[in-house]
Amino acid sequence: MESQITKTKQFTKGGLKPVTDDILLLRIKKHPRMKEFFIQALLFFCGALSIFTTLGIVYELGKESLLFFRTPGVEIVEFLTGKVWQPAIGSFGVLPLVNATLMTTFFAMLVSLPLGLSAAIYLSEYASQKIRSIVKPALEILAGIPTVVYGYFALTFMTPLLRGILGEDQVQIYNTLSAGLTMGLMILPLISSMSEDALSAVPKSLREAAYGLGATKLETSIKVVLPAALSGIIAAFIIGISRAIGETMIVAIAAGSGPALTLNPLKAAETMTGYIARISGGDLAYDTPDYNSIFAIGLLLFMITLFLNIISRLLVHRFREVYE
Amino acid sequence: MTALTSTSDNNSFAIEARNVHLHYGSFRAVKDVNLQIKARKITAIIGPSGCGKSTVLRAFNRMNDFVPSFKMEGEILFHGKNIYDPDVDPVQIRQMIGMVFQKPNPFPKSIYENIAWGARVNGFKGNMDDLVEESLQKAALWEEVKDNLKKNALTLSGGQQQRLCIARTIAVRPEIILMDEPCSALDPIATLKIEELMRDLSSSYTIIIVTHNMQQAARASDYTAFFTMEEDRAGVMVEYDITSHLFVNPKKKQTEDYISGRYG
Amino acid sequence: MKNNFNFSPASGLEVLKRRHRIGAIWKSIFFLATAVGILALIVLVSTIVNQSFGYVAVESKVDPATLSEKPLESLEAEELREILQANLSKLLLRRAEKQKLLEDRGKEDLYNLLMDQVVDYKIVKSWSLSASLFQKDRILAEKAQRYPNAKLEFKAWLNPGFLERTMSSRPELAGVRTALKGSLLLIFTTIISALPVGIGAAIYLEEYAHKDHWYNRAIQTNIENLAGVPSIVYGILGLAIFVRTLGAFTSGAAFGIPAETGRTILSAGLTMGLLILPIIIINAQEAIRAVPISLRQAAFGLGATRWQVIWSHVLPQAMPGILTGTILAISRAIGETAPLILVGASTFITSDPTGLFSSFTALPIQIFNWTTRPQDTFRNIAGAAIIVLMVALLSLNAFAIIIRNRYKKKTI
Repeated sequence: MESQITKTKQFTKGGLKPVTDDILLLRIKKHPRMKEFFIQALLFFCGALSIFTTLGIVYELGKESLLFFRTPGVEIVEFLTGKVWQPAIGSFGVLPLVNATLMTTFFAMLVSLPLGLSAAIYLSEYASQKIRSIVKPALEILAGIPTVVYGYFALTFMTPLLRGILGEDQVQIYNTLSAGLTMGLMILPLISSMSEDALSAVPKSLREAAYGLGATKLETSIKVVLPAALSGIIAAFIIGISRAIGETMIVAIAAGSGPALTLNPLKAAETMTGYIARISGGDLAYDTPDYNSIFAIGLLLFMITLFLNIISRLLVHRFREVYE
Repeated sequence: MTALTSTSDNNSFAIEARNVHLHYGSFRAVKDVNLQIKARKITAIIGPSGCGKSTVLRAFNRMNDFVPSFKMEGEILFHGKNIYDPDVDPVQIRQMIGMVFQKPNPFPKSIYENIAWGARVNGFKGNMDDLVEESLQKAALWEEVKDNLKKNALTLSGGQQQRLCIARTIAVRPEIILMDEPCSALDPIATLKIEELMRDLSSSYTIIIVTHNMQQAARASDYTAFFTMEEDRAGVMVEYDITSHLFVNPKKKQTEDYISGRYG
Repeated sequence: MKNNFNFSPASGLEVLKRRHRIGAIWKSIFFLATAVGILALIVLVSTIVNQSFGYVAVESKVDPATLSEKPLESLEAEELREILQANLSKLLLRRAEKQKLLEDRGKEDLYNLLMDQVVDYKIVKSWSLSASLFQKDRILAEKAQRYPNAKLEFKAWLNPGFLERTMSSRPELAGVRTALKGSLLLIFTTIISALPVGIGAAIYLEEYAHKDHWYNRAIQTNIENLAGVPSIVYGILGLAIFVRTLGAFTSGAAFGIPAETGRTILSAGLTMGLLILPIIIINAQEAIRAVPISLRQAAFGLGATRWQVIWSHVLPQAMPGILTGTILAISRAIGETAPLILVGASTFITSDPTGLFSSFTALPIQIFNWTTRPQDTFRNIAGAAIIVLMVALLSLNAFAIIIRNRYKKKTI
């Protein structure tokens, strides 16, 4: 390299000619850069690893689910529509588990949507810088608390509270209401921060237009800003549902362990995730219907949450296209 | 260009654009440019904003390669070799055809490291201290920074930063230095210093400078190319001549309108 | 419709007043909703603290004061051994020696044996902190009535001993040392496995990948989707792949280490690594994107190759951002419980993990386990363990904020 540089220098001194020069041609000629190539290949592999993760999830869940559905007495139709989940007697109807999941999710959204959305409107439209600087970190801490801690909270605070209000004979120690409400608190920061992002992305000019027509702050926020941010807010809502469906520890601790088909939120009922956690937490013998069933339920869970996440992302993308 | 052949020696072109068309995706940014740059002279490219002058400049050292949708037709000849030929290494091209950018962009490292880094990645094995000093001398910055070589380059003033960027470019020993509006972020005194520096450097380097400042082109360049854009927003070269000719006696009406301030 | 536009000043003013009043009401509603978030945090923290301190009624067969003049905790192994030999019945002594000779037992082990077999220290009832502070009369009455032989003590469930002791079937003797060490080792494995891959993937996506190619878009979309997959699904994947399929490697059997199953720290760490990988990638991408283009152009303009540009300029600039994102991802991993249940963390284990191929427990697993026990006193130590976990999380987050702020100052 050194000699090449000196040569170029002499070359410069000698004057530039518009003729092809051997040394120069040699220098600018493309030569394989092996190191660069290997690094790029390695980095590509790192990126592609995520694809393998997804393939791994689909393959393993699919394979074991298939084994599950090949178990004598287990059929997909019965699995999806059966009202009794009792592996001991060979009854695998997933509805009780799905029902409990839907109930906890419903109560979670009942808490987190109005509260999260209101908090988002307050933070984006009303709050002063000082209040934001207090509230936002608090919500971030709330979002960072492990779900097992929320489960503890549900059992030691929420359930006794509910039993105090509604009566001990009415409310079982494990119940879907307590788990659902606590889950709502857990999801609240997610909804509020995603909705706030959506609200803040609405251009200032739109607000000014509304103010210019004599609208009050509330009218501007509700009738102009909120509709403009709607797809972003719906995206937040859907992500919230997906999180609630996939949440495990709160329901494993507070919702009860034992599948039960009931619409009474004050009674114990096991959710899909709760079932997976309970079965796998015990002594698990491979290749039994019990073991395989957690894969079938896992597959169902994976498909539902994936579907919700994709819809939510499409909404966010569409929202961004409009405003960014 | 006929205007040039009458006044200059055919054998001293540093780089030459032949029938060059530049595209970003389906948008044609620059149309049919033919431009022969004289070696060890300062060539200015002027024109209204959006006429593609920076795009042309970046085509000379393949900096446009980083824009995924960029496409080029035509040839850019460097020592008779088209630098867009598939067997040409763009990395080497950029070492031999250096670039100074609109906003001073020193690395957030020490002054010394700023200069040493480029040389090092290009395999320089000589005495680094000497190279740093020599480059800073050439960029007329040595006296101001020689006691503070370990200082972070971001602490320098804007004008000093831009001269550091020039020193950094010199240190990898290019033949041509491309300057993309190098003074647009600087005050008049710093601008004057850069212009003086360009004059000194032109004895050993070919300099191509894009500027939106006509006075600067008139003051500091030997040759000037005037670009404008047509109705489809594609940039075209209108006129290319010795600077004094172009400003005193423009051949095209568009040029005359622009330099007399009657444009747009 | 026209008739509805009634601009008479009096009614107009009335309407305006009403509109403002409604505005003020809703503003308070929005504010209250926001306050609920903060209130939830306060209630949550106080619930935990409430459970972790308070009065306990203690019964013991032998008063510790009769055994030794000094407090038992401060005795040396030799003294403890003497007391044990003097006070333990022959049968019990033989049974204890069968497990392990007294000579071989450490100080801590001896102390536990002494408390367990001789003193028979038993907490028969515990009260919450709020009750202890405000309803002491009621507690005294209840104690006198139901536990006449017990002694009332104020107990901090979270104490230095709690951090040093290992798992026990008796809450008053249980601690989180094993779980804490398990968590640390687990996080270490997680970082080692996820960080390099995560940064590599982020570099690829930001610096190399052309968005025109379908496979690059597929990778990006896939990563975003993976970030939303429930953690328990990762657990199922970890169980199927790391514990079962690759059991020979994760148990250490393939390396000649005698082990039973693939339910090891390695399996759990790799599972957790997959779980936080998308988070690390997305955060690192953001950090890399924040590095100004001008810096890359400057380096390319000098004739540097892409990797030289990345290694010398992009990565050093993006590093603080990448680290901040990684710390946040780690704090997610520390608290994750469900995947650990799936890959088979042990709930009752008294020996510290020794390496990648150890079976293990972790802090959140311990919290889960204690929370689900029926006895109230286990809920007290679960609360104490939660405080340990939360302190670890908050310090990590504080660390992330410090890095972020220091970096901000530097660039200005």
